[in-house]
Amino acid sequence: MIAFLRRRPGLLPLLLLAPAIAWLVAFYVYPAIQMLQASLWSGTLETGFAFSWANAATYPEALDRYSDQFLRSILYAAVSTVVCLALAFPLAYTIAYRAGRFRTLLLFIVIAPFFTSFLLRVLAWKTVLGDDGFLLGPLKSIGLLPEEFRILATPIAVIFGISYNFFPFMVLPIYVSLEKIDRRLVEAAKDLYAGPARAFQRITLPLALPGVFAGSLLVFIPAMGDFVNAELLGSVQTRLIGNVIQSRFLVNNDYPTAAALSFMLMAGILAAVFIYARVLGTDELETGIG
Amino acid sequence: MLRWLGRNALRAYTGLALVYLLLPIFIVALFSFNDPVGKTNYTWVGFTLDHWANLFAIPGLLDSVIVSIRIAFISTLIATTLGTLAALALVRYQFRGRPGTSLFIFLPLATPEIILGASLLTLFVAIGRPPFFPLNEFTILIAHITFNISYVIVTVRARLSGFDRRLEEASADLGADGWQTFWRVTFPLILPGIAAAGLLAFSLSIDDFVITNFTAGRTTTFPMFVWGSARVGVPPQVNAIGTIFFVVAVSAVAIGSFLQRRRA
Repeated sequence: MIAFLRRRPGLLPLLLLAPAIAWLVAFYVYPAIQMLQASLWSGTLETGFAFSWANAATYPEALDRYSDQFLRSILYAAVSTVVCLALAFPLAYTIAYRAGRFRTLLLFIVIAPFFTSFLLRVLAWKTVLGDDGFLLGPLKSIGLLPEEFRILATPIAVIFGISYNFFPFMVLPIYVSLEKIDRRLVEAAKDLYAGPARAFQRITLPLALPGVFAGSLLVFIPAMGDFVNAELLGSVQTRLIGNVIQSRFLVNNDYPTAAALSFMLMAGILAAVFIYARVLGTDELETGIG
Repeated sequence: MLRWLGRNALRAYTGLALVYLLLPIFIVALFSFNDPVGKTNYTWVGFTLDHWANLFAIPGLLDSVIVSIRIAFISTLIATTLGTLAALALVRYQFRGRPGTSLFIFLPLATPEIILGASLLTLFVAIGRPPFFPLNEFTILIAHITFNISYVIVTVRARLSGFDRRLEEASADLGADGWQTFWRVTFPLILPGIAAAGLLAFSLSIDDFVITNFTAGRTTTFPMFVWGSARVGVPPQVNAIGTIFFVVAVSAVAIGSFLQRRRA
């Protein structure tokens, strides 16, 4: 074997890659094809499923039936992304330029939530945001808020939860691209009589765009598929497309509809990413991800 | 004046942001000491150590933790092995189709978890009809290895890109053959990167809920246990386990960075 490789050194990288690629083909690509096929099934779990192209009608039917949840997912994901961006940029800026010897500690705190269970974090916000919890309870008792005011079970709670859970994904890429900026460019701008605001607008912000782009995708994509925040912090009125996919698959065993919805979700995400890339320019896409 | 204000506003904001990030972690730990009335543990009643003393008094909790650790351990081992080999190939060799391969490996990371989980469920339903492929610990394991492989490749590759190949040439000049060079020079140098990837894979696996939810069947991992009990009320013991996981993970990272700093 080794002697054979010595004669054909070009084969070594392929041999090293083969197990991982084979695994991904078997359990990432093939399941996707299988799901495409399942979206064209008809039948039930009890009677078995039959494939036919005529079942393509499942797609428009599902889209029509769940358009509310689809639109809500897009809206919540977009708002969460904007909220994350607004909250993350100043923090990433501080860590990159103002933190000094606390930089590593601050970066560690940014990722610290990942060391606690995802579900427990969401449930912790349920405690904090509760109708008589730490936040609202005191405000209500001093009369600043009306007694019936609530955050839980509203869209705000769901968007808050989504923003919190994916916040580090926004901070880290922005931090990385800010940290790479050559600060002499900002000094040069100031030498050329740009004020701090103008130097920020013309130098720092454009050079931070790859991080903004990567961060936005890392928040938007998982936010589009969320069902945990919607389920634990929201109500029936905040059901997202993720909740529908989850219950169609696991509660109703309605595989064709669920598979069709999953495909349309993926297509929607790809379309959104594509539009976003066209707006920002594809260079940002490549430098941001690569 | 304006500048002073700007700088301190940024500082105050950073403080708030850190509180925002850490508050849920603190709440999880705090409510493991709560003495709730009834089943729900959402309002603070009083301090007690009872739940820490009777950590596994809740039926099924210990089993779920053991299942989670077992799956995390095995999936980390397999994903780290496969991923490290692939990362080596991508960093060290030029070959046709390398950019395409990199993009392909990135795809699972850009796919929402719910779609990864749903498509694996479809696969398991489709290949085993009509009694269907049984969903159990084995199917969870397959799912976890699948999402971990890409994370490992990306992590190891990032750590490998600064690797100095002259060290290997020096080893060969000193008469070492390929295997000796790999085990005595290359492997020790890339080990920190592999360890970091392994830690990441382990923590992703032990905390995964979304993909597990689709591939678990009746098997209960720790996150599945939390999800199941969220409807009726999460017992404080679950908070205690979450706190233990947090302390262990933070210690592992702290020890790791300490060891690396000492080596450097």
